[in-house]
Amino acid sequence: MSEEFQQIVGKQSIRFSTPPAIISRCSIVGEMEGEGPLASYFDEIELDPTFGQESWELGEAEMVRRTVSKAIAKSGIATEDIRYIFGGDLQNQLVGTTFGLKEFNIPLFGLYGACSTCGESLSLAAMTVAAGYAKHVVAVTSSHYGSAEKQFRFPLEYGNQRPLSATWTVTGSGAFVLEAASKEQPLEQYPRIMGITTGKVIDYGVRDSMNMGACMAPAAADVIYQCLEDFGVKPEYFDRIVTGDLGKVGTEILLKLLRDNGYEIGKQHMDCGVEIFSNQEQDTHSGGSGCGCSAATLAGYLLNRLEAKEWHRILFVPTGALLSPISFNEGESIPGIAHAVIIETCKGDK
Amino acid sequence: MKVKQNDEAYNKYVESVTPKHSCVKNCINAFLIGGLICTYGQFIFNLCTTYFDMEEKDASSWTSIILVLTSVVLTGFNLYKKIAKYGGAGALVPITGFANSVAAPTIEYQKEGEVFGKGVKVFTIAGPVILFGIFTSWCLGIIYMILKALNVI
Repeated sequence: MSEEFQQIVGKQSIRFSTPPAIISRCSIVGEMEGEGPLASYFDEIELDPTFGQESWELGEAEMVRRTVSKAIAKSGIATEDIRYIFGGDLQNQLVGTTFGLKEFNIPLFGLYGACSTCGESLSLAAMTVAAGYAKHVVAVTSSHYGSAEKQFRFPLEYGNQRPLSATWTVTGSGAFVLEAASKEQPLEQYPRIMGITTGKVIDYGVRDSMNMGACMAPAAADVIYQCLEDFGVKPEYFDRIVTGDLGKVGTEILLKLLRDNGYEIGKQHMDCGVEIFSNQEQDTHSGGSGCGCSAATLAGYLLNRLEAKEWHRILFVPTGALLSPISFNEGESIPGIAHAVIIETCKGDK
Repeated sequence: MKVKQNDEAYNKYVESVTPKHSCVKNCINAFLIGGLICTYGQFIFNLCTTYFDMEEKDASSWTSIILVLTSVVLTGFNLYKKIAKYGGAGALVPITGFANSVAAPTIEYQKEGEVFGKGVKVFTIAGPVILFGIFTSWCLGIIYMILKALNVI
């Protein structure tokens, strides 16, 4: 292959020749996440479910605004020097993201990848800075329990019994400021995005919207498999392989699907949805979900562990279930999608 | 991936690893909660007939009204959800469940305005019950009419 395409790896991956750095990050979550086991890692825990606004929807927008503005403030970069924002949420027509970001005056790419959006926004942000189209960009992803339940399931006060396989939408958002590195300034002091594997839409014909883990596990398995094949590495290459919101049920399925394909990732695997809540005490059934689940967990917990050099390299794989209330009512199956992002810190002193 | 199960096999596998609520435990909970709600209704009914000297017909109406009121107030405080989570069908089948299914969207959608919010969405959950309930009684009415015309009843 010619020199100029040397960053292309395997079938659907990229290895960045100058990996972009995540120079700052911010995570804001709701009360319930703030009572969970990862509480101490988040930047802010907001006890007001509407974030001081009038509705769930505007509350989510306010959460996005705060997360982005704090991430930019922490980076020390002037807001006008941010070239693009890549953002998304779960609301119809992305109003959480667009309303929250309207006062920033920064060019915006609105993204929808269901709960895989954090992987999608980071991938595109990394590609943009690595290609030299921008020096600084922001990637942001959010979800809100109130706005998501209202849109996808039932009004909040409605009494019903959730199946044990159901997940709990996380109120939370994570924002990341990415900076382009160069040969002279490799930015090795920060966690860097070494490569990505972009996932495909995978449909195994599951129709149960209360069992999202089963809908998404094949997509996660597919993209992890492809990532390992493309980069020619074993699961041990990563200290952790972190899926987004497969929950307990989805995790079991993922491990089996990969085992069938010759990869055993049981030792490395963890799931943001399982980590973010204490399932027994908080009664969340299969775990947390929503694109804010993986975003807040990455911005809060995972990057913290990387910076603390507890881990050296992780494969971050947010997973999304592709459905709308209409497609579901029309009896369509629920395909999944997942995107893998390799994040690494330099091995150094602990 | 190299190895891909067909959809049917995958769905079967998914079913085998997906945990389910225990049916027996759910039935017992539903019996207890449903029974409690009915006992509460009977209590109101008895109160009406004994202390307020009501006819049985009036007492039944008052019982329904008070049950609905109780459920709506509990829904407003987000408490009915907790009862329903525990009691399942025991909390959903009585009139209180129906009241909850009307009150919940009204609260949720009030931000979207009187007409397109509350007006349009108020029966999003209860709508099918109302539609098919009325339709079923209409069908039964027709059958009743025919049987009566044929002097069967």
